[in-house]
Amino acid sequence: MQTVFKRTPTLKDCPTHYCPGCGHGIAHRLVAEAIDELGIRQRTIGIAPVGCAVLLYDYIDVDCIEVAHGRAPAVATGMKRTCPDKIIFSYQGDGDLASIGAAEILHAGHRGERLTVIFINNAVYGMTGGQMAPTTMLNQVTATSPKGRTAAEQGYPLQVSEIMALLPGVIYVERTALDGATGVRKTKKAIKHAFELQIEGAPGLALVEVLSPCPTYWRMSPAKAMEWIKTDMAKVFPLGRLKG
Amino acid sequence: MSGERVLMCGNEALAEAAIRTGCDAYFGYPITPQNEIAAYMAKRMPEEGRVFVQSESELAAISMVFGASAMGKRAMTTSSSPGISLMQEGISYLAGTELPAVVVNVMRGGPGLGNIAPAQSDYFQATRGGGHGDYRTIVLGPSTVQELVDYMTLAFDLADQYQMTVLVLADGILGQMMEPIVFEKRPGRELPPKDWALTGANGREQRIVRSLWLAEGKLEEQNRKLQAKYEQIRRSEVICEEYKLEGAEVVIVAYGIAARIARSAANRARDEGMPVGLIRPVTLWPFPTEQISRAADEFRLFLAVEMSAGQMVEDVRLAVAGKAPVLLHGRPGGGVPSVDEILDTIKELSVSGKR
Repeated sequence: MQTVFKRTPTLKDCPTHYCPGCGHGIAHRLVAEAIDELGIRQRTIGIAPVGCAVLLYDYIDVDCIEVAHGRAPAVATGMKRTCPDKIIFSYQGDGDLASIGAAEILHAGHRGERLTVIFINNAVYGMTGGQMAPTTMLNQVTATSPKGRTAAEQGYPLQVSEIMALLPGVIYVERTALDGATGVRKTKKAIKHAFELQIEGAPGLALVEVLSPCPTYWRMSPAKAMEWIKTDMAKVFPLGRLKG
Repeated sequence: MSGERVLMCGNEALAEAAIRTGCDAYFGYPITPQNEIAAYMAKRMPEEGRVFVQSESELAAISMVFGASAMGKRAMTTSSSPGISLMQEGISYLAGTELPAVVVNVMRGGPGLGNIAPAQSDYFQATRGGGHGDYRTIVLGPSTVQELVDYMTLAFDLADQYQMTVLVLADGILGQMMEPIVFEKRPGRELPPKDWALTGANGREQRIVRSLWLAEGKLEEQNRKLQAKYEQIRRSEVICEEYKLEGAEVVIVAYGIAARIARSAANRARDEGMPVGLIRPVTLWPFPTEQISRAADEFRLFLAVEMSAGQMVEDVRLAVAGKAPVLLHGRPGGGVPSVDEILDTIKELSVSGKR
C-alpha cells in the first residue's frame, strides 16, 4: 500500500489537549511540517504563548521557551539579537498578541526584528473560558460580552495584520484561514514562506495571521465553525497577502 | 584603562564594569536617574560586537533579558524605581524558569512617579522577591562607585552560579557621583556549564524553558527546589562589613550611600567620645542576620539609618529578635540624612539611655 500522508517527525506522536474541532492541532502540524521541509529543526527555537497553545512544546519537538503573556516578540528580540544564526518563531493567540502584547508585536515589527510570527486569531480567549478578545466580531456573544459585542461599547474588531503591514520593518504579512483543505494548504505555504524569509536573513518581521476555529467558545459544531470563518470572519478579516 | 585610576560617574562605571565582566547583551528603557548607563551601552556594546537594544518599555526590556539569558548569554538591564516595578513580571518568570540575569536599580523617591532624588525605598520590593510567587533575588548594596564596579563581576557570577536574578541596589547619588576608580581584572568564580540553554535540539533531546507546572504536586516540588537553593545562598553568600564595633554603645546599621554617611557619623561620634560602630550589610538578601544577631548579644542599642520610612529596619529587628532596642533614623521621599542629623539622634539616644 502506498503511503500518501504521514506525521512529520517534528510533530510529536501524542494526543493533544485541544478541544474537538480546534484549529491549533492543524496549525501545529503545519509549523512542524514547514520546519522539517526546510531542514531547520536543529536550529529552531519556538516561543509558546500564554493561552491555549502554552503547551506548544509538548507537541512541537524543537527547543522551546514559555513566556509571559504577550511578551513573546520582546523575548524573541533578546534571542535573535544574541543568536542571529538561530531561527526563532513565536506562536501567539489573539489575546496574547493583539491585546496584552500589542506593544511588543508592534515594536518588534517597528524595529524590523528578523522573526517569524504565527498569529492564531480565533476571535476569543479560549483558555480562560471564552472571554471577548480585541478580535471578537461585532454581535459575537462571549463570556464578557453577554449581549454581543457592540462598536459603541467595546469597539470594532482589531485588524492587527493591516496595522502591521503599515510598518516598514515588517516585510511579509499574510492572512489565511483554517476553513477547509484549500485554506490549510494556503496556510502551510504562508507559514513556510515566513520561515524562508528568516532563513534568508531578510531584513524584517514576517507575520502570518491564521483565522482558526474555536467551536467550543463559538458554541458551534466544528463543521459550522469552519463555515462561520468563511461567511463571517473573513469579511472582517479579509484573506490574502497584505504585504511582501 | 585597566589597572589605572580613572574618574567616572557610577552609572558609566557600572556599565563599563559589566562589559568587562562579559555582559553579552544590554536592554533598557530611559528613566532618570540612570540614563547614562543606556547611553554608555549604546556606544560601547556595538564597539565590542555585543548587543544593545533600547526597548519599548521596561516590560519589554526584562523580557529581552529573559530571551537572551535563555540562549545562554549574559544579559542585563538597568532602570530606576518605577521601571523596576514594571519589571517584576519578568523577574518572577526568571525565578520560575531559573534563568540568570543582572538587574540594576538606581533607586529614586516613591511611591508613584515620586521624584528623581536618591532613595532607598525599594528595599522591600528588592529583598522580598518583588513579583508574584515564592522566590528571592540576590541583592547587592554597593556604597561607593568602586564597589559598583567590583560587584558587577560578583553579580554576573552569582547569577550564573545560582541561575537566578541578581539585583544591584544603587541609588541616585551613587549613579550620578564621580569617583576615582580602578578596573581591576579579578578572577571570576568557577561556574557550572549552561546545559539548559536553548541552542537548538542538535543531536540531543528538546530543551524547554518553562515555569508552568500543572501536574499535581509538581509546582510544590519545584518550589522546594528553589527554596533549597535559597537556603544554600543564605548559608554561603552573606557579605557584611563591621566597622569600629569595639566597645560600641550604639551600633548603626546602614547600607549603600546611607552607610557612607553613617560611617562619617560614627567617626565623628568617636571623636566626640561616644563609642559608635557600624554594621554595613553588603548583601541585602541574604541579609546578615547572624552577624547582627551576634552583635545583639554584645551591644545594647541599634540604630537603622536608611533613606526610606523604615524598611531595612524590619530585617534588623528580626535579627536582633528583641535582645536590644532597634531605632530608626529614616528619611523617605528622596531625603538624605546628614552626618549632623545622625549625630543628633545618637546624642538623644545616649542621653535617654543613661537615664
